[in-house]
Amino acid sequence: MSDTTRTMTLHVAVLAGLLALQFVLPAYHHGNLARVMVLASYAMGYNILFGYTGLLSLGHALFFAAGMYGMGLAVQHLGAGPLPALGAGLAAGVAVSAALGALALRTAGVAFMIVTLMFAQAGYLTVLYFGTWTRGDEGFVIAQAQRVLWGLDLSDPANRYFAALALFAACLLSVLWLVHSRFGRVLVAIRENEERTRMLGYDVFAHKLAAVILSGAMSALAGACYGLLFGYVGATFASVQYSIFPLLWVLLGGAGTVLGPLIGTLFMFYLIDLSSQVTTAYMLIAGVVLVALTLFAPQGLAGEVRARLWRWLP
Amino acid sequence: MEFAPYLFLATLEGAVTAAVLALTAVGLSLVFGVMRVVNVAHGEFFMLGAVLAWWVAHMLGGHPGLGFAAALLIAPLMVGLIAVAADMTVLKRIEYDPERTIVATIGILYIIQQVTLMTYGPDARPVEPPFNTRLAIPWFRFGEDGVELYWPWGLATTSYKLAVIGAAGVVLLCVWLLMARSRIGLLMRATQLDREMALAFAIPVERIYAIVFGLGAGLAALAAVLIVPISQAHYLMGGDPLLLSFIVVIIGGLGSLPGTVVAAILIGLSDGIISVFFSPTLAKILATLLVALVLVFRPQGLFGVRRA
Amino acid sequence: MSLLSTSGLSRHFAGLKAVEGVDFDLPEGQIRALIGPNGAGKTTFVGLLCGRIAPSAGRVIFGGRDISHLPAHRRINLGMAYTFQITSVFARLSVAENVALAARRRLRGRVRVDRAVRSALDRVGLGAFPRQDAGDLSYGHQRLLEIAMGLVQEPRLLILDEPTQGLADSEIADFKALIRDVSATATILLIEHNMSVVMETADMVTVMNFGRILAEGTPAEIHADPAVQTAYLGTG
Repeated sequence: MSDTTRTMTLHVAVLAGLLALQFVLPAYHHGNLARVMVLASYAMGYNILFGYTGLLSLGHALFFAAGMYGMGLAVQHLGAGPLPALGAGLAAGVAVSAALGALALRTAGVAFMIVTLMFAQAGYLTVLYFGTWTRGDEGFVIAQAQRVLWGLDLSDPANRYFAALALFAACLLSVLWLVHSRFGRVLVAIRENEERTRMLGYDVFAHKLAAVILSGAMSALAGACYGLLFGYVGATFASVQYSIFPLLWVLLGGAGTVLGPLIGTLFMFYLIDLSSQVTTAYMLIAGVVLVALTLFAPQGLAGEVRARLWRWLP
Repeated sequence: MEFAPYLFLATLEGAVTAAVLALTAVGLSLVFGVMRVVNVAHGEFFMLGAVLAWWVAHMLGGHPGLGFAAALLIAPLMVGLIAVAADMTVLKRIEYDPERTIVATIGILYIIQQVTLMTYGPDARPVEPPFNTRLAIPWFRFGEDGVELYWPWGLATTSYKLAVIGAAGVVLLCVWLLMARSRIGLLMRATQLDREMALAFAIPVERIYAIVFGLGAGLAALAAVLIVPISQAHYLMGGDPLLLSFIVVIIGGLGSLPGTVVAAILIGLSDGIISVFFSPTLAKILATLLVALVLVFRPQGLFGVRRA
Repeated sequence: MSLLSTSGLSRHFAGLKAVEGVDFDLPEGQIRALIGPNGAGKTTFVGLLCGRIAPSAGRVIFGGRDISHLPAHRRINLGMAYTFQITSVFARLSVAENVALAARRRLRGRVRVDRAVRSALDRVGLGAFPRQDAGDLSYGHQRLLEIAMGLVQEPRLLILDEPTQGLADSEIADFKALIRDVSATATILLIEHNMSVVMETADMVTVMNFGRILAEGTPAEIHADPAVQTAYLGTG
């Protein structure tokens, strides 16, 4: 088998497996998996910037929340239907990421991390400040009547699962296309050696900006879908924690791998789910995993698989 | 109250914030300056200082002065030791790689915070100040007989708050003496200037790093012990000091101690004054945006000099 | 006709005049060697040419166009290629992908890129291991890979910064032949310490010292120049 055939087989098999699980999973895990798929889409968006371009952002909650609030506010205050609302969320994500990228990309390394962290914090506080519209920490619910798309009630578990799978598949295939495209390969080159890439004649800044926008758009779309599918929009999703989560998921699953974000999100989701039944201090798990990963497995799970078994894994 | 005494009161409150902030931020700045790493868990060391202060005071009982004095010694020391342990088990092993250090310290942040939640619990608990005399402050006005003094209602501070400002000043002076005059300070500055050269001169760089990391955390803990009789000890209290220290260190110029102190005074005072006029949320939004923009457009800080 | 020229090109670092008032002219089709003692400002000068370093003063003209204010990537797109003094390949990417990255800026389509990559690797003698990680190559092979990355861009001007450093004698002999071969289609500016390479390949030699041009001439003239001998060759 050629590498391309192997790659396609593997990823189509994963998508088919997720589709099949729809019919066999018990209700609780069925709901969880729908959630995981949306969050994994967020993680894949994060991975475009962190895993492939080598830019570590600590502010992706800004994009996730931009999508979520872009969608939610359009529904709540403009009475938009689901599709225009998703469009509004996506547009908000693109606008916010373009602005943030244009500013933050003037810095690099640690400064980039702190600048993104600060902008995201400012975004979170802005959500709180405009509590009249956003309802602040408390958030607001998207009513069931406003979550009907093409006659499908998205609050119905089966429909919701299919919608989450559709989002996930779209993101997965986009990333798969990206890593094989000329553009994606330049991003990897920037990650590996920025100065060399510049001296091959590539406009590094333009490529990085495009990566921020692409990553922001995917994160925002995931945020918008999360709000729409689960019917709730709240400031928690704009907080630092939601900037740390995708980093954690991607690091755990394997940065710069297509399937890593799904693996990492799935693992972490269930780790936290299980430990929160035992203790309220469930974020302890996140802390321990972060430290352990930086110490022992900086490549993550899929990264280790690639290094040891399947060198062709994209 | 009239405007002028009100502003004076805000400035006084701001000075307390500034004093505590200066200590915390100098700790962060020291770590960044010498080790070139950003310690995201710095706020948790602050929190740990406050929580340990409560433990110590609570265990000892007796006169509040006794418990407080013990806390003042024990809490920073213990936090310093915890930080040294974190340095040796985690940071050293990832060779102080700047980006991986940030990820690791985020992990340490959650570990400290959540372990505190599991042991200390979610409540906010006060520590009794050792002394707390209310001091009314006179003000003046132009009456019929020229300037006359009066005591506006509400214009007062406490002896403890003044002591905090004084203590912070003394500690900062000690840090400066340590850095400028002592042998260990010399070694730290040598390591800061050129790590490779320091290694070549057989300076035990790894031990210096551990000491600096411990010292930085200890300073944050000390600041927390000082403030805990005024505010309270809570497991989530580390967020604000971390954010404010970031702001101070970045505006003061990364790694510059004098710049950090100046920026701390500026931010501490303006935090008190701004929140009189604006909502605290808006003040925070403006402050975080300011920091981000300073990093983007003036990475050497507002007071720093651009390096060639 | 002149492909590249500079006038009054200067770069100062905090008082140090790394490059000072250099007027330089490189005709199309020539192989020009740039020599000089360590710290003479050769790499800084070349950095100014291709935009890695911003000039303090002066102008750079390339192909009749003033490029003094163009960013590096735009200059490369005009037909310059630059190979780094300290090998700077993409260590964790395959040898073929390294060259393909250099080729893709100019070529579209997988077939065309693959063909160009294979031909460039064959020319430098690295055709045997396209799938190996570049970081696993020996130092000498990494230098050859750098050159392949330069070649595949089919530049009008190829700037090579100490390309033979770390090569074995047999590899250096191949390199000389390669340079002559490449000069059929490209102008070459070569920073070089190895005098046998300079003497055997260069049409003209420019000598730099203390950030200025000390002498210019054919290899034989330079070899005989007493000023050059005291400044540079005198010891060697």
